[in-house]
Amino acid sequence: MSQIAFEPWNDPNAKPLIQFKNVTKRFGEFVAIDNQSFDIYEKEFFALLGPSGCGKTTMMRMLAGFEAPTEGTILLGGQDIAPFPPNKRAVNMMFQSYALFPHLSVWDNIAFGLKRDGKSKDQIAARVEEMLKLTRLEQFARRKPHQISGGQRQRVALARSLAKAPKLLLLDEPLGALDAKLRQATQFELMDIQEKTGTTFVIVTHDQEEAMTVASRVAVMDNGKIIQADTPQVIYEAPASRYVADFIGDVNLIDGVAEARKGAQETAPAEPEAAKQAEPEAAKLSEHEAPAAASERRVPQPNARGKWLHDKLFRYILGAREDAPKQLPPPTPGESEAAATASRPDVIAPGGITIHWAEGQPPLIVSNGDPALAGQRVTLALRPEKLGISKDRPESANALKGKVIDIAYLGNLSTYHVELANGLMVKAQLANTRRVAQRDITWEDEVWISFRETAGVVLSE
Amino acid sequence: MRRATLILLPYLWLLALFLVPFVIVLKISLSDIALAIPPYTPTLDFSAGWQGIRNFFAGLDFENFVFLTTDDLYWKAYLSSLKIASIATFCTLLVGYPIAYGMANAPDHWRPTLMMLVILPFWTSFLIRVYSWMGILSTEGYLNQLLLGMGLISEPLTILNTPVAVYIGIVYTYLPFMILPIYSALERMDGSLLEAAEDLGCSRVKAFWLITVPLSKTGIIAGCFLVFIPTIGEFVIPSLLGGSQTLMIGKVLWEEFFNNRDWPVASAVAVVLLLILIIPIVLFQRNEQKQREAEG
Ligand SMILES: Nc1ncnc2c1ncn2[C@@H]1O[C@H](COP(=O)(O)OP(=O)(O)OP(=O)(O)O)[C@@H](O)[C@H]1O
Ligand SMILES: [Mg+2]
Repeated sequence: MSQIAFEPWNDPNAKPLIQFKNVTKRFGEFVAIDNQSFDIYEKEFFALLGPSGCGKTTMMRMLAGFEAPTEGTILLGGQDIAPFPPNKRAVNMMFQSYALFPHLSVWDNIAFGLKRDGKSKDQIAARVEEMLKLTRLEQFARRKPHQISGGQRQRVALARSLAKAPKLLLLDEPLGALDAKLRQATQFELMDIQEKTGTTFVIVTHDQEEAMTVASRVAVMDNGKIIQADTPQVIYEAPASRYVADFIGDVNLIDGVAEARKGAQETAPAEPEAAKQAEPEAAKLSEHEAPAAASERRVPQPNARGKWLHDKLFRYILGAREDAPKQLPPPTPGESEAAATASRPDVIAPGGITIHWAEGQPPLIVSNGDPALAGQRVTLALRPEKLGISKDRPESANALKGKVIDIAYLGNLSTYHVELANGLMVKAQLANTRRVAQRDITWEDEVWISFRETAGVVLSE
Repeated sequence: MRRATLILLPYLWLLALFLVPFVIVLKISLSDIALAIPPYTPTLDFSAGWQGIRNFFAGLDFENFVFLTTDDLYWKAYLSSLKIASIATFCTLLVGYPIAYGMANAPDHWRPTLMMLVILPFWTSFLIRVYSWMGILSTEGYLNQLLLGMGLISEPLTILNTPVAVYIGIVYTYLPFMILPIYSALERMDGSLLEAAEDLGCSRVKAFWLITVPLSKTGIIAGCFLVFIPTIGEFVIPSLLGGSQTLMIGKVLWEEFFNNRDWPVASAVAVVLLLILIIPIVLFQRNEQKQREAEG
């Protein structure tokens, strides 16, 4: 994707559309929102994610005007919205319970807000038709809400909130009742609407994939607090805390004690002897030589007889033999670092920490860990898809022996539940490129779990 | 078999308490007046067997029903009853709706208490309560005393023995029948609907008319019928509070029965009243049916 990054939250000059300033909401003694300050920018797609009862709906209700903050202020476009009743705010909300008017037809439900704006009959009709088409409800227009299915009701609620094309749209679990296909289509539809109209969306969802798909930023909440608000990539790849890592997607969490790594490069502990010998040599490798050295190992080279044959016979036909292997064009600087290590699984990036996680097990090498954590208890968070699984010992920075306890078939993927030597269960995810029957790893197999030194994220809490 | 019994039970109930008395009244309405005990000569003689029934149909003349049309007292009384019942029902709605609305919006822990207060009057005799209204509304009654004492009026108002007193009596008596169905409709209403309406640009007042009122419509209709139907035939309230000015069919019926001792004509009056009431009763049933459909 080569579009200009949309990151107003990193731009100090950007003016936020919504500002929460030390907002606290209490219901009696119960603290539903706990002293939160954050900004949402225009044209954002801001997703609220969190367990049930963490305060997502409360947050939205304060924006819509149904609840007033107990403390603090909420600014919309720089203006305190406290004095404005819900009907005077350029905000529309789709309710978690849909709140469809049972005595009105689908058509009239969608038209309800438009009629309040005093639009002409034709304008209203045109807009309602547009919304019906968008949500694929055309043939249900004349029905009452109790005469349609749950998913259709949800779409009516969505259409009704979209109809007025407000500046800020609050969607409380807008797609929960839809089937996977329709949900995906509607997600893209929403993103499309947002691109066209520039509406700012705040969306609550329990579906992480959905949050990842649509959101410009995801806010992970817990107990009335936003724990982390960041782009989906950052939330997924670099969660700031154990809670976020655990909440978003599947993750393996390995606890241990950190130790700073000696600055130099190492090879895998797989070959402890070789590693010691290789160490000075590897350290000497200049950046220039590294790729060449790597490819030498992988490109098949002719042996002595082959060379003789070539030199004596074929060189007159084919021309001089090139000893240097053919190379791809040099990678861009950004890619080169990753590529250098990626192409050489046994050469480990320098720096970082090792994590002692189990008695008698080699420490885990984590080159992206902060050496300042040395001596502390840390958690290594590893996504299942970053783990490799094989029957033979792989050449990798980290290789752990274990036994397959369970295999979950997920269609395009399979998740292997592997019990490590110290009893820890980890999950490794592999794409199902082969058919199930042809897989060579099965239940009770002794396997190796491997992952790169940059695969995980070190969390210190 | 058990199903059949279950269905049979309410029908037996209806048969015993509605159909049998109605047939008896119908039979009396078709007989002739006589100076006897009971004061009529039955025209239908079952003891004569088949011949008796044939004689009955041969002599059928509906003279009592015809009589009702000859004296304009009756149709005036019917019309007046309809008018009083309609106005009284409307007044009851005006008083009852805000009470029901207040109850439905009261804090949860208050609702059972409020509900009890609404049905509390049923715990004392209806007659005693109507009598006590005489004490309140009479020229020397509490109401006049209060208004005089507050200096709002200089002359006592004449309320008792006027239609106003009848309306007050009916509104007071039938108020719970109006409040309860409206309350139950309002209480069932999802509060987020009003929020949604406000969110879409309605003021609170507008949201009330566009959402609350339509959604309590079935309750309003049920309440109106529950007040209207018994009010048409109401006899105690107009006799005690309305004086001689108020003409209501219930009172006429009473007088036919007990003052004139003309049972056949009184029965005819009752039969016609019932036929008039069948229309609103059927409408009421349809309303209930529609509500059940909307919910199911
Ligand atoms: N009116 C209220 N009175 C008392 N407590 C409330 C009220 N509204 C919400 N709460 C409490 O505030 C907390 C947050 O509620 P909220 O509805 O925001 O949760 P949520 O994150 O939307 O959950 P879900 O995902 O289940 O919809 C909950 O513990 C809830 O019980
Ligand atoms: Mg919620």
